[in-house]
Amino acid sequence: MPNFPILEHLWIIPLLPLLGATINGLFGATWPNKVVNTVALSATGLSFLSALEAVREFLGYYQQTHRAFRKEFFDWIFTGASAGNFRIGFDLQMDQLTVVMVLVVTGVGFLIHIYSTGYMAHEGGYYRFFSYLNLFMFFMLILVLAANYVLLFVGWEGVGLASYLLIGFYFLKKSASDAGKKAFIVNRIGDFGFMLGMFLLFRTFHTLDFSQLFAAVEKSGWPHEAWGVFGTFTIASLLLFMGATGKSAQLPLYVWLPDAMEGPTPVSALIHAATMVTAGVYVVARSHIFFQHSETALVVVAVVGCATAFFAATIGLVQTDIKRVLAYSTVSQLGYMFLACGVGAFGAGIFHLMTHAFFKALLFLAAGSVIHAMGGEQDMRHMGGLSSKIKVTYWTMLIATIAIAGFPPLAGFFSKDAILFATFAVDGEQAGNGGHILYAIGLLTALLTSFYMFRLVFLTFHGKQRYDEHHVHVHESPWSMLGPLVALAALSVVGGWVAAPALWGGVDQFSEFLAPIFGAHEAPGLSEAVAHSLELKLAGVAIVAATIGLLTAFWLYLRQPKKPEQLAKSLQPAYKTLLNKYYVDELYAATVVRPLVWISDHVLWKIVDVEAIDGTVNGIASGATAIGDSVRHTQSGNARSYATWVVVGALVVIVIVFWPTLRPMLGMVTK
Amino acid sequence: MVPTQYYLILSAILFGLGVVAFVFRRNIITIFMSIELMLNAVNLSFVAFSQAMPATSGHKLDGQIFVLFVIVVAAAEAAVGLGIIILTARNRQSLNVERVNLLKL
Repeated sequence: MPNFPILEHLWIIPLLPLLGATINGLFGATWPNKVVNTVALSATGLSFLSALEAVREFLGYYQQTHRAFRKEFFDWIFTGASAGNFRIGFDLQMDQLTVVMVLVVTGVGFLIHIYSTGYMAHEGGYYRFFSYLNLFMFFMLILVLAANYVLLFVGWEGVGLASYLLIGFYFLKKSASDAGKKAFIVNRIGDFGFMLGMFLLFRTFHTLDFSQLFAAVEKSGWPHEAWGVFGTFTIASLLLFMGATGKSAQLPLYVWLPDAMEGPTPVSALIHAATMVTAGVYVVARSHIFFQHSETALVVVAVVGCATAFFAATIGLVQTDIKRVLAYSTVSQLGYMFLACGVGAFGAGIFHLMTHAFFKALLFLAAGSVIHAMGGEQDMRHMGGLSSKIKVTYWTMLIATIAIAGFPPLAGFFSKDAILFATFAVDGEQAGNGGHILYAIGLLTALLTSFYMFRLVFLTFHGKQRYDEHHVHVHESPWSMLGPLVALAALSVVGGWVAAPALWGGVDQFSEFLAPIFGAHEAPGLSEAVAHSLELKLAGVAIVAATIGLLTAFWLYLRQPKKPEQLAKSLQPAYKTLLNKYYVDELYAATVVRPLVWISDHVLWKIVDVEAIDGTVNGIASGATAIGDSVRHTQSGNARSYATWVVVGALVVIVIVFWPTLRPMLGMVTK
Repeated sequence: MVPTQYYLILSAILFGLGVVAFVFRRNIITIFMSIELMLNAVNLSFVAFSQAMPATSGHKLDGQIFVLFVIVVAAAEAAVGLGIIILTARNRQSLNVERVNLLKL
């Protein structure tokens, strides 16, 4: 077997960003920006290069062995034989799914690091920002490289921490620190489910190692759990999915993601669009074997994903903050990914994860460039007509918009098409089944996506200038920011082409690549020719839907700029509901947050803490004082009283020592 | 030979008198003497036991040796105690034990 220098030392990929984070975090405060970003960029850049090399080596390794690469570095938890040899190791693995994730994380992460050097140049806490960003990269890489659920959970919690730190980066702003806390707490609810899921899996299979778990499931011939059955797999899958809904911002735990836009824009791009929020999709895809054993879990995943996609898209229609539109768009696209997983097309879900990482990171970075150009303005109503002033930003953003809207031949078209096709075909040829309903909603969402994205572009870059030129000096961003935009734009264009051959009857290279993990995904009950013509038809329908969205946005926001306001007036209740995000935050505040705060205040604080805990502690202290108070009178300082005490003490000692002899004598007396 | 119990009863009486005097007398010298009385009451029982001990036990003289120790300690105590008494008498112009009341901070 030839040598695999990097693959054998897989830990080097996550370790480099950790090193960068530590160095910058400890010493960066006094260093000039140039040194800080050299450290951070070389850490992530080297990590990206070693990831590329590791992937190259892995492909060679796979050709020889047809197995995932897996290496145990050291024992983390090992109980020994007395407790059943329970072992959790620092084990890393690399397989096709990891390849995709690692390249997305390090590649997109590196680009965003470059962008940040320009974007954050005038901000305070430069070293802190890069230290956190590197820390995030470390945990995210641990998450995707982990070979067991516990190590994955370390990364899972770590990225949550990094996300919290970065959302609250401007911690002097109340709304930013609140948003950080909200993200952390909402994620905690999901993590609770995730942990319960791990416990259940451990109870059932006595291991949490991926390869052992999946082998155990396959070998034992566990029954497939049909719709409506709540067996081990269903419950374990749903609990894991609960964790995923928290991390990946799905209904009902999506509320933190729009608020997370309080963080600096590169953070929104890296953590809240491209990588961390896809961790939930990754976990579902990684655990696909449990989901495939449970129809109930799959249906729940599909329905939640589809509902989230539609729900978030409708909110995105009316938002005016450029980053919030993108945030709801992210929630919506994540819904697509879960929809794909729910209909069993895990490969399509991961494919969309990848293309989405490209174009959504690009959208956020371009939006950041717009905000930068506008001197901090985020409200689209105060923009307009920027296309000629910031050309590079405009063109890259336009490419990303076309990609997300689903026009061929850009990346989003292929991945979204794959998902919609899988959704439509999930029931085979039996008409009138749930798959078609999900498909219809998915298609409608695609239309809405196209609409709100072009609305964003038209409001920002076209039409009349709606800002005051005397106050805002519009300027194009430096090349440190535009470079990553161009690179991501190129990826957004070509990123989907690996799947393109499927359209003219060839092989979807991406699904082919992931086939060792998910198995070849075939449309059930459809012959190849039927499936192919159906796919073409559906692609046509999707393009039509996207075009309708585009034209509507064009008509409403460029041709009839007065029209949207009139529409909003005539549809007042609907508009208000959307603008207020269906009042979900208010609902949660009334049903969960306020009761919780009340209980914490009136019960936990004023009764449990003040009365019970403080009461006990203070009671012991004041009891000691009281005893001392009463006893101190015996110490009079008078020698005679001491003499008396000596005699009394001696008598007591004598009585105690001679008690066995004395007792019968006393008994005689009383008789 | 006088039975051992007699000695012991005498010893107990002497000790009890010493205790009562120790607690109830006010004159420091009297208190001091009552301490001597208690010590010698104990010495009396030591020699009584020594006498009652059979010679074959090999511990016949233990009690008497103990008495010598007690006498030595009592002599040392007398030296120190009388010194304290003299100082007290000088400082207070009185030998009343009630006046010795500064044994606390």
